[in-house]
Amino acid sequence: MSLINSPAELETFRQGLVSQRDPNKPCITLCSGSACHATGSHDVATSLAAELEKQGLSDKVDIRRTGCHGFCERGPIIVIHPDEICYFQIKPEDVPEIISETIQNKKVIERLLFDDPATNEKIINESKIPFYENQERIVFGSNSSVDPKSIDDYLAIGGYSALTKALSTMSPEDVLEEVKKSNLRGRGGGGFPAGRKWEGSKNDPEPVKYVIVNADEGDPGAYMDRSLLEGNPHSILEGLTLGAYAIGSHEGYVYVRQEYPLAVENLNTAIQKAEEYGFLGKNILGSGFDFVVKVHKGAGAFVCGESTALMTAIEGRVGEPRPKYIRSNIKGLWEKPSVLNNVETWANVPLIINKGADWFAGIGTEGSKGTKIFSLVGKIVNTGLVEVPMGTSLRDIIFKIGGGIPGGRKFKAVQTGGPSGGCIPEELLDLPVGFDELTKAGSMMGSGGMIVMDEDTCMVDVARYFIAFLTDESCGKCVPCREGLRQMLKILTNITRGQGKPGDIELLEALSETAKEAALCALGKSAPNPFLSTLHYFRDEYEAHINEKRCPALSCKELISFYIDPSKCKACMVCARKCPADAIIGGKNKVHIVDQTKCTKCGTCFEACPPRFGAVTKLSGVPVPEPIPEEERTIRKRK
Amino acid sequence: MDKQRIDQIIDNYHGEASYLIQVLLDIQSENNWLPKEALEQVSERLAVPLTRIQHIATFYKAFSLVPKGRHGIHICMGTACHVRGATRVLDAVQDLTGIKPGETDLDLKFSLETVNCLGCCALGPVVEIDGKTHGKMVPAEAAAVLKNYE
Amino acid sequence: MSEIHLEIDGQEVKASEGMTLLEAAKSVGIYIPTLCYHEKLEPYGGCRLCIVEVEQGGRTKLVVSCVYPVESGIVVRTRTEKIDRIRKMILELQLAHAPDSFELVELAKEYGADPNRFEKEASFCIHCGLCVRYCAEVKGKHAVGFIDRGTRKEISFIPEIAAQECWQCKECFELCPTEALQAAYVLTESLFSVNPPFKADTKH
Repeated sequence: MSLINSPAELETFRQGLVSQRDPNKPCITLCSGSACHATGSHDVATSLAAELEKQGLSDKVDIRRTGCHGFCERGPIIVIHPDEICYFQIKPEDVPEIISETIQNKKVIERLLFDDPATNEKIINESKIPFYENQERIVFGSNSSVDPKSIDDYLAIGGYSALTKALSTMSPEDVLEEVKKSNLRGRGGGGFPAGRKWEGSKNDPEPVKYVIVNADEGDPGAYMDRSLLEGNPHSILEGLTLGAYAIGSHEGYVYVRQEYPLAVENLNTAIQKAEEYGFLGKNILGSGFDFVVKVHKGAGAFVCGESTALMTAIEGRVGEPRPKYIRSNIKGLWEKPSVLNNVETWANVPLIINKGADWFAGIGTEGSKGTKIFSLVGKIVNTGLVEVPMGTSLRDIIFKIGGGIPGGRKFKAVQTGGPSGGCIPEELLDLPVGFDELTKAGSMMGSGGMIVMDEDTCMVDVARYFIAFLTDESCGKCVPCREGLRQMLKILTNITRGQGKPGDIELLEALSETAKEAALCALGKSAPNPFLSTLHYFRDEYEAHINEKRCPALSCKELISFYIDPSKCKACMVCARKCPADAIIGGKNKVHIVDQTKCTKCGTCFEACPPRFGAVTKLSGVPVPEPIPEEERTIRKRK
Repeated sequence: MDKQRIDQIIDNYHGEASYLIQVLLDIQSENNWLPKEALEQVSERLAVPLTRIQHIATFYKAFSLVPKGRHGIHICMGTACHVRGATRVLDAVQDLTGIKPGETDLDLKFSLETVNCLGCCALGPVVEIDGKTHGKMVPAEAAAVLKNYE
Repeated sequence: MSEIHLEIDGQEVKASEGMTLLEAAKSVGIYIPTLCYHEKLEPYGGCRLCIVEVEQGGRTKLVVSCVYPVESGIVVRTRTEKIDRIRKMILELQLAHAPDSFELVELAKEYGADPNRFEKEASFCIHCGLCVRYCAEVKGKHAVGFIDRGTRKEISFIPEIAAQECWQCKECFELCPTEALQAAYVLTESLFSVNPPFKADTKH
């Protein structure tokens, strides 16, 4: 017998929860997503509990370990409610002071606050920090308010109210219509209208149908789904149940990467609690609707993020995609109608049901409704997860929210759409973010990875990197992908090593056409995109590599040499000491020389040389000057 | 790994063939590798041809058909880490350990893997050893970090 | 079974529901090249050589004819400039592995494929999958299978099963376009001849 058996019981229970939670009681929320975990949030949590105990405050102050807050560059993050005081980069040593000063004495600790680089002012409240202020976190925002292991937290913020509304006041057709009206497009990469996909399955006469969550987030640099699953798993379960109700499915699957152990753990806990409370299982909330969810872990294959390969993997086979001539919403898992959607897509569904399709369609642009969560990473000051309305410009995301490029370097390109996407250069920075806009620019939305690159990034190397990734991840079944990528990788690697020849670009283009037209699945068909888009916008870099054996970004190891400018070297010995290959000949007062035969191009000397000297330089496409004669190497100190 | 334990794992999934990958994941996680006898036992109990199991065990990166080292080094080669110089870190670790990704050294001390995105891009380049994350890695620091492991 | 009318290379074709374009073409004597197709086996769709152009509702697309189901009113073309270009590329990619394969050399003549466009590769298996699929679907023995993925994919015999089944059978040998299969079998046999799972009287 589940805990809650009707909408009325749920209301009573929810009100009971809310009445027990004093909004004025101090609560310390600590971000416990995987990224903050990696920077030590677990130790901070232990310290907090211990310190509160020590100061006799364990009853008076709550600690809530929440999901990811998104500002990953500055983790671990804590937010102290009710005043919403936000502290960054917390270490266990900071904890005693936080408890005594902020909790007990209500004083703010300045050094832990966010320092706005534009105004040099300290900002106290989380929502006023520019990183957050310029976002619209309708989906991701709830992460900061719930402990993912607690279903009560989710209920206290209104969780499962959409499901209740649907099961008690709406028919399955009503739910489907609402999702169709909202124009919700898939957030996993394809951007296919979710409502239309659902409708195809719903109308199929086959009685057994499946709903599936694609949590195999494989695009490197994208971790939005991870943070949603880790931070607010119930929101996805609720969305999935709504979808199941709409199409008439009674069995759902979550296919989640095994590389996300915390997500798997929190998801399993959430399912268990949902079953206990009666939000999953038989006769949910007394509606007569049955629905169960099973978890399948991935085993390490990017191709399993492709929908047909994912379904094949759930069937216990190798993840080889199937031809999509008959769509999988008609013949999918075990040849039954299957609606597969991305984590973020499902997370949007409860919002649409609760607030209505018109509200959702009021956000975003004509072709792309709602918001999108992006993982803003790479050469960017504020690395993290950002959620913005569709139509926000890339410039705003990268500079207003992201804080621009670190180290004063110059923006070069932003890569979106993962290995299926492309690079967008500076002249297109005012592009509004949206499915069709990004595709027109030669890239795509993809799952939301946004990798920022600066002047030190070699675009030929970027193409080579993605082709190498896809060659490793290709299932190998079809010739255009397996063999085509094999050859493309060879050619691109040769180009980055100074062994490119005339005709290489044309051959790469011909291989690209074969893959795009004849490959079995979207992995193969979109594999040439990173190459084609970098060729389109940065052709000069390809030509420099091939014709001049020069890397304009000074990045490709085989094409660069490290050279110490004798006029700038002050013989401080820092680089010589740090060189892991013992390749720097130097001594006190003797201008240092890089021994080119020993140099491994690791770049340590370049990083180590004090900026006020700037003596270590990188050369490409020109011969390294001969070392200056021994007599001239001595630096005479002026008396 | 003893036959009884493998039987227990298979029973957890009711001997259903579609749970083949989940069964193998559980065995891999407990045993650190998949011995041939284990694969044969799974093939028999789930009534699945050994060729299919062999393909799965080699297709998916999570599985190893040989024993792994005491310490697993995972170097993130995701795009964000790549752009911040992960390749140079990989080169340094390869030089120091003498092994390439996918290999285990002769003392069974280190196993080296590259992974595609650990999801802590703010700390890139990232190296994870035995589950512990080492962020903002540079080649010069690799030796110091690896020295800590016996 | 309802009848479906379509046009292939200007010819009216009557096909039945559930047929593939390849089967429909064959039924009227139109030839489409294949490497991984075999009438006793489920269509595989791996070599992509049988791609054809389908025009429907004013739009054209390239599809793989051994797998694509017939549809009413479509116009199919089995040779176009683009199709020929792609088939030539596929052949050149395969010839890098198996330059002496009879089937590949014959097809190369038709499409002007240059066997030296790409550097030779070490493995001469072209992954048509005929051996693996035949042993699984027709013989039900599963003596040979695939391992790994992508460019590392290879065929591999299970020595214990091969020892029992293969010497008497070898029906897959004549399916292999490149003799990579025979080589793999002989290698397996010799590797295990030291510690034979093979019975003494099967040695030749």
